[in-house]
Amino acid sequence: MTFFLEVLVTGLMVGIMYSLVALGFVLIFKASEVFNMAQGAMSLFAGLALVGFIEQYMQLPLWLALLGTVAVMTVWAYVIVFVVLKPLVARPPLMLFMATFGVMYLLEGIGQSIYGTQAKGLNLGIPDIPLEVGGIFLSTFDLFFTGVAAILVAGLVWFFQKTRSGRALRAVSDDHEAALSVGIPLLKAWTITWIVAGVVATVAGVAWGSRLGVQFSISYISLKALPVLIIGGLDSIPGAIIAGLIVGAGENLGEVFLGPYVGGGIQTFFPYLLALVVLYFKPYGLFGKEIIERV
Amino acid sequence: MNEKKEPLLRAENISISFGGLKALNDVNLEIYPGEILAIIGPNGAGKTTMLNIINGFYKPDEGRIFFEGKKRTKRMKPDHIAAQGIARTFQNLALFRGMSALGNIMMGRTMKMRANLFSQALYWGFSQKEEIEHRKAVEHIIDFLQIQNIRRTPASMLPYGLQKRVELGRALAAEPKLLLLDEPMAGMNLEEKEDIARYVLDANEELGYTIALIEHDMGVVMDICDRIAVLDFGHKIAEGTPEEIKSNQKVVKAYLGEAEN
Repeated sequence: MTFFLEVLVTGLMVGIMYSLVALGFVLIFKASEVFNMAQGAMSLFAGLALVGFIEQYMQLPLWLALLGTVAVMTVWAYVIVFVVLKPLVARPPLMLFMATFGVMYLLEGIGQSIYGTQAKGLNLGIPDIPLEVGGIFLSTFDLFFTGVAAILVAGLVWFFQKTRSGRALRAVSDDHEAALSVGIPLLKAWTITWIVAGVVATVAGVAWGSRLGVQFSISYISLKALPVLIIGGLDSIPGAIIAGLIVGAGENLGEVFLGPYVGGGIQTFFPYLLALVVLYFKPYGLFGKEIIERV
Repeated sequence: MNEKKEPLLRAENISISFGGLKALNDVNLEIYPGEILAIIGPNGAGKTTMLNIINGFYKPDEGRIFFEGKKRTKRMKPDHIAAQGIARTFQNLALFRGMSALGNIMMGRTMKMRANLFSQALYWGFSQKEEIEHRKAVEHIIDFLQIQNIRRTPASMLPYGLQKRVELGRALAAEPKLLLLDEPMAGMNLEEKEDIARYVLDANEELGYTIALIEHDMGVVMDICDRIAVLDFGHKIAEGTPEEIKSNQKVVKAYLGEAEN
C-alpha cells in the first residue's frame, strides 16, 4: 500500500509539471482559438534566458534573473502578437496554427544562436532530499514546484475572476465579435494573454530546466501536454490541472503495475492511450466546452 | 421627418464585395438623432453587412462614413468605434457564455469605465469605487428589462428569448449614441416579440436612444419605426416612412417577385 501511494504521489508531482505546460496552451487557446505549437519553445527560451542571466552572460541574483526572464518573454509576447498574429486577424485558425509553428522555429533558432546548443545545468539551490511524510518518501524538489504550481494556478484564477483585465480576457475568449463590439481591443487582450502564457512558460521552463537541465528537448515536452489537453479539454483551466495530474499519476502507475506484464516501457505511450479512451467517450475532454452548433 | 436635422451617422456611397459577390453597391444611408430606422430587405440583401460596416467589423471598399459629422478614418477599429458610442447586438446571439447575465451587462460598460481596462491592478482602490457606480447603472438596465430574477444565471443556461434580452441589456449598458440591433426578434414567439418591441420603443422614447434595426417581421417594423430603408441585392431600392414603403412598387416587387404576364 505504501508503495502504491509512493508511486501515485510521485506520478502526481510529475503530473503538476505537465499541467504547467498544458496551462500555457489552454490560456492561448481560450483567448484566440489558436493551438500554440510554440508553447514548449517558449519554455525552452525562458529557461535559456534565465541561465543566460544567472551564469552565462551575467551573474545576476536569482530574483533579478527571473524578473529579467519575464521581461524577455513579455518582449516576445509583443513580437508574436504584433508581427506574427496581427496580419492574420480574422483568418482561419489553421493559418494562425501554422504561424505558431514558425514562432516555434524562430524561438529555437534565436535561442540557439544567442545561448548556444549545449545543455546547461540550472541550479536553483533547492535541495533534492527525500522527505518522509507518513511513511512515504517525497522529494523536496517536487514538493517545491507543486507549491509553485499551486500558487500560480491560484493567481491565474484570481486574475481571471476578479480583475477587470481578466474579465475582459474571458470575454474575448467567449466571443471575439461581441468583445470587440463592447469596445475591448483585441490585440491588447491577445498581448496580455501571451504575456501571461509567457509567465506560465517561464515557470514550466524553470521547473523542467532544473530537473532535466536546460536543453532543447524541453521544446518537445509540449508533446507530453497533448494528451493532457485532450483529456482535460482544450479550453478549461481546471481541466488542464486535473488532466495533468491524471496523466502523471496514470503513466507512473501504469509503468509500475502494468508495465511488467507487457515488458515495460509503456510510460511513453500510456498517456496517449488514456487520451484515446477519453476521446471516445468525451470528444471535448472531461472539462471542455461542448460546442453545439445549429446546422 | 427630421429632414432639416444633421444626421447622426451618414454613410456615403458604400460598396463592399466578398470575392465576386458585391454585397453592397453604392449605398447611401442616414440615421437621424432620436429616430428608429429599420433596414429591411430579402435574405442576402446586405442588411447585416451594412451593420457590420457601421460598427467597423468590415471596412468598405469604397465610400465614407461620418459619425457626428466626423469622417471615420481607415485606421479605426471596432473598439474605437465602440468608444465613439456605437453599440450593437447580433443576429446569432453573441453573449459571453461563461458569464452571468449581470456579468454580460457589466461588460457592456467597458467603454464607460475610466480606469483603463488593463491598468486595473495599479488602481485597484479607485476602480473598486468605480465598480459600484457602474453596478448601479447596470441595475437600472436590469430593472428596465425586467430580468431581476436571472441576474446570477449563467448566460448559456438562459432560454433563447431571455438571452436576446440580456444582449440588448449589454448594448444599452454602453449608453450608446447609436444602437444597432440585428434582428432583435428573430426566432421569438408573438409574446416575446411584443416584449422586445416595447423595450425598443421605450429605449427610444423614454431613454432617448437612436436606433437602427434589422427586422423581418413587417408588422413590428411598421408599428415601431419612424423610417424604413429597403435593401435588395446590395442596392438601396427605397427609403421613407412606413406608409410610403407599404405602397412602394419596387419594394413589393423585391419581396413578392414580379407577376408574369
